[in-house]
Amino acid sequence: MANAHVQPAETFSPIFGRLTLDWIPYHEPILVATFAGVALGGLAVLILMTYFKLWGPLWRDWVVSVDHKKIGIMYMVLGFVMLVRGFADALMMRAQQAMAAGGSEGWLPPHHYDQVFTAHGVIMIFFVAMPFVTGVMNYVMPMQIGARDVAFPFLNNFSFWMTVSGALLVNISLFVGEFARVGWLAFPPLSGSSYSTGPGMDYYLWALQIAGIGTTLSGINLIATVLKMRAPGMKLMEMPIFTWTALITNVLIVVAFPVLTATLALLTLDRYADFHFFTNDFGGNAMMYINLIWIWGHPEVYILIIPCFGIFSEIVSTFSGKPIFGYKTMVWATACIMVLSFVVWLHHFFTMGSGASVNTFFGITTMIISIPTGVKIFNWLFTMYKGRVRLEVPMLWTIGFLVTFTIGGMTGVLLAVPPVDFQLHNTLFLIAHFHNVIIGGVVFAVYAAVSYWWPKAFGFKMSDKWGKRSFWFWLTGFYFAFMPLYALGLMGVTRRMNSYPDAGWQPYFIVAGFGALLILMGILCTFMNFYVSIRDRNENRVGNDPWDARTLEWATQSPPAPYNFPFDLQVSGREAFWTMKQQGFTWPKDNFKPIHMPKGTATGVLISALSLAFGFAMVWYIWWLAIITFVGMIGLGIAHTFNYKRDYYIPVDEVAATEAKGAAV
Amino acid sequence: MLRLRTLLLALASAFALSGCQYHVLSPQGWVGDQQRNLLIISTLLMLIVIIPVLIMAVYFPLKYRADRDDTSDYDPTFEHSNKIEVVIWGVPILIIIALGYFTYVYTHRLDPYAPLDHLEAGAPVEVQAVSLDWKWLFIYPEFGVASVNELAIPEGRPVNFSLTSSTVMNTLSIPALGGMVYSMAGMETKLHLIADETGTFPGRSAHYSGPGFSHMTFDTLSMSDEDFNAWITDVKAKGATLDRTSYLELEKPTIDEPVRYYGSVEDALFRRIVELCVEDGKVCMGHMMMQDELGGGGIEGIPNASAYSYDRARTIDGFGNLIELPDVEVKAFHEAFWNDPDAICSPDFVFAEKKNNG
Amino acid sequence: MSHSPTASVSIAQHEVHHESPTPIGFWIYLMSDCIIFGALFATYAVLGGGFAGGPGPKDLFEPGFVAIETALLLFSSITFGLAMLQADKGKRDGTMMWLVITGILGAGFIAMEIYEFHHLIHIGAGPDRSAFLSSFFALVGTHGLHVTGGIIWLVTLLSQIKIHGLTGANMRRLGALSMFWHFLDLIWIGVFSFVYLVRLV
Repeated sequence: MANAHVQPAETFSPIFGRLTLDWIPYHEPILVATFAGVALGGLAVLILMTYFKLWGPLWRDWVVSVDHKKIGIMYMVLGFVMLVRGFADALMMRAQQAMAAGGSEGWLPPHHYDQVFTAHGVIMIFFVAMPFVTGVMNYVMPMQIGARDVAFPFLNNFSFWMTVSGALLVNISLFVGEFARVGWLAFPPLSGSSYSTGPGMDYYLWALQIAGIGTTLSGINLIATVLKMRAPGMKLMEMPIFTWTALITNVLIVVAFPVLTATLALLTLDRYADFHFFTNDFGGNAMMYINLIWIWGHPEVYILIIPCFGIFSEIVSTFSGKPIFGYKTMVWATACIMVLSFVVWLHHFFTMGSGASVNTFFGITTMIISIPTGVKIFNWLFTMYKGRVRLEVPMLWTIGFLVTFTIGGMTGVLLAVPPVDFQLHNTLFLIAHFHNVIIGGVVFAVYAAVSYWWPKAFGFKMSDKWGKRSFWFWLTGFYFAFMPLYALGLMGVTRRMNSYPDAGWQPYFIVAGFGALLILMGILCTFMNFYVSIRDRNENRVGNDPWDARTLEWATQSPPAPYNFPFDLQVSGREAFWTMKQQGFTWPKDNFKPIHMPKGTATGVLISALSLAFGFAMVWYIWWLAIITFVGMIGLGIAHTFNYKRDYYIPVDEVAATEAKGAAV
Repeated sequence: MLRLRTLLLALASAFALSGCQYHVLSPQGWVGDQQRNLLIISTLLMLIVIIPVLIMAVYFPLKYRADRDDTSDYDPTFEHSNKIEVVIWGVPILIIIALGYFTYVYTHRLDPYAPLDHLEAGAPVEVQAVSLDWKWLFIYPEFGVASVNELAIPEGRPVNFSLTSSTVMNTLSIPALGGMVYSMAGMETKLHLIADETGTFPGRSAHYSGPGFSHMTFDTLSMSDEDFNAWITDVKAKGATLDRTSYLELEKPTIDEPVRYYGSVEDALFRRIVELCVEDGKVCMGHMMMQDELGGGGIEGIPNASAYSYDRARTIDGFGNLIELPDVEVKAFHEAFWNDPDAICSPDFVFAEKKNNG
Repeated sequence: MSHSPTASVSIAQHEVHHESPTPIGFWIYLMSDCIIFGALFATYAVLGGGFAGGPGPKDLFEPGFVAIETALLLFSSITFGLAMLQADKGKRDGTMMWLVITGILGAGFIAMEIYEFHHLIHIGAGPDRSAFLSSFFALVGTHGLHVTGGIIWLVTLLSQIKIHGLTGANMRRLGALSMFWHFLDLIWIGVFSFVYLVRLV
């Protein structure tokens, strides 16, 4: 059967590379409408910002800021913006699969649908989940260890903007050209130059490569922060659990992300320079890509979930009025997970034909991970035991997590049993499983974290009513959306199908679509919550410690002063802030000293902007632009090293004035 | 409210009437049966710990909520207990040991590479399955016939699959019979299945492979020995010939390909498909590897690049249309590059090369 | 035990000076870089035998040439060590002199590598000819790019030492560059043994 459509012809012009007008999807109504919406929204923002004269403050206080708190908040904003994009993709897929049964082709042809599921996976992992966890770590961890900022504040700003550049590149692909149609991990040979012609796959490569540099640098930065910037006296085994999980997560990042960088670079060489790493011919080996990408990919899922374990640990302890049960167990269990996460990657492809012994080995190592994970769940349960549990919104998310994640963990262990996986591999059972742990784990954790640390960041609480609505919609929506997928998986239904012959599956897909609508309500409630909370901020003002918490970030003002703590603290013992409250500690009102702080710089955002242009140029073969931007990036980086005045002192009277506004503790 | 109830009722009856087959839970063959059994054993084992956790996760926050009447059992110092630690480490470890045992036993028993001779179920049938863009080719070497998008197997006899792919990775999946295995170009993988019932079971590719992927479906016709033999005879009688030329024609990308039959198949065609040398003038991979073992083709082997090229001739656009590219001319390109780099760097050259694309 | 009597929090008596996180941060970066090279070595290990009917190492590599290349890089490590000794003594001119020599040796190494690559591509043994050549070019080329980056850094640092002298910040940078340079040397020893030596034996 011949195709009605063909891809725009390959042409090359020295100025525009292979970019021609044919690549602008003005004949796709969905995209034109989306573009119109984005353009109008963007224009409205531009006008409002100009009208209220916000450009200066935005640039000075946020864009060039190296303050870890501001960068943390910007990561969260990026995460929520991209969540909307990724979730729109999810809705499109659910609508397609609810329609395309028994001969119907639905509303999205494969060419479009395949881009949508690829974009959904890439965006949700790299540009939603990663910014979320990095944002929370950035915001909370330095304060938990009594530091004024991270070890390398400029690098932190740079990392963030690189992530933004990657996200922008993915979004540009929506309106200029196309995105990849390969699934989120882009297995070759399908993703190679022969079977993925066109710019989509190149958008994928450059977006992930640019964002990946940011992630690796951020990992290095946060490790150095935990190791070198702790308040004097704070021993490793006295750090808050969240800080521990942040440390371990970043170790995972630094070990795993270089593998991604290398793997994507090899695929890039395959596509751009006719190398033969993963081709079928000339001795290439696609199985090597699959091994390499999962050597990164499996630790990656722990990179996402481990900080979330930390978030829940802090919340469960605060809202139970007790220290975390089994602190040492918790730390060791996390460390176990870190190590084990590197010896399980093959469980993603038991069906590739490895021998029974190899499959058994990787199956059992995978199951072993469930032991420390299970122990953590028990630890949270026994933290509540004999406690005084306050069922505030963060705690609701935590209980939702405990239930949901446990179920997801169980189905995960099922998939770790090789013969069971032979049947369930690549079915919707797998899709249900990883959404079960990522939504139940990461998304719930981020929502819990936002409602928990919001009063710290802004000085007022979020709306309880809208928080609860959001929680119940998400929770019920999740079960409606994914329980049918488990059922479909047990029927053997394959993932990524654009249409399917068996009309008997349709009711399940319709229920799943209904679940997605409930989740949509949950997301809308969240945005409503932001709006209502900010509108009613004056009624909801709270002190510095609204939850009766236990760790050092609550010893600062709400919102914290730029320098976090007016004096350096000498700490011993766990739960430093709890100790302070027990001791009746108060901050001195005078004898302030000037505080040494890093200066903001525009270098990070400028290099990132150039890297975005570089990525775009490489995607479209606009070589002159690629060369200019590449040289520009190197030049800016070098120029930055000639700046030796990167810090300043906050004068005493400014500190005194800030502290007079709201004494911490 | 009434409308909602009607909707729910309609949905419930739709589920009941849909007659959906939970193939994984009620398979039609020994392999699938065993895999289902293991699925149930594993689930039950895990429920030993999962159920208490789920109960505690709801019960603890309710029982110990801050506004309970009697908070005298509040113990803010309770943060460690050796007894509890032993239980929360011990129980999961014991369960994983048990699960690990079953995993070991079943993974070896159900190794997809292991023939099913031990079932003593009769002579196995050989099937060579090739995933093409985007259809399945099944070759029956013992009978010299082949079919596209239809797989006939005799009930009660093991089926020995040899899998490969013409371009990208796919997976042969027949959920009613048991697990799946990847098919990859330039490689041969194995899968052994058996059907214990007659019937028609859906089969498909379970690994996304491009624009026509959703239509890579086929019916698995499990039939009695007599019917199977009749099917073979029938195919032999009416089918065309599958030789290297007609294979290359068949291999071209198509979407939603109808069922078709080949009454005779060229000898060792599958071998050539696996070794990427169906076309004339291509070096088979087995030969290439032997040559590599001996140190390669030397400097003089450099100009032979096109004999090893495979993917380039199969380049497709995003809609699954073939794009014709000129064959690789490694040496010529490099010579041109070093003799007159300007010619290649100028846009004219690239344009001239691309112009041939058709 | 958070409630143990030893737990306490107080205002630090003296202003806290964290020791610079730069050395450890740079170490962590080097380890992550090491993993990139690890992936490339693994790729070479897997694909290094895939000649696709083209030339193998014995046809392409000349031991004498590679030995000189290696010697240049090893000597540059020694001269960097000498530069560090001068720097520790606070001798700016000596430091700069040895750094310049280091840079020249590094540039010599790069020049030889470019010559080798040029030669290979010229005879048609470019990275597109076989998986072996792909993995060879990727591994050796990545190392070469690192050395090039190191040279650019070295030139930058030279001018900074010229402007500001051996200040604390510059000494930290010098230390980091020194780690980087020795690290690349170490990687090259791996490349030399694993890519050239083993295949030629």
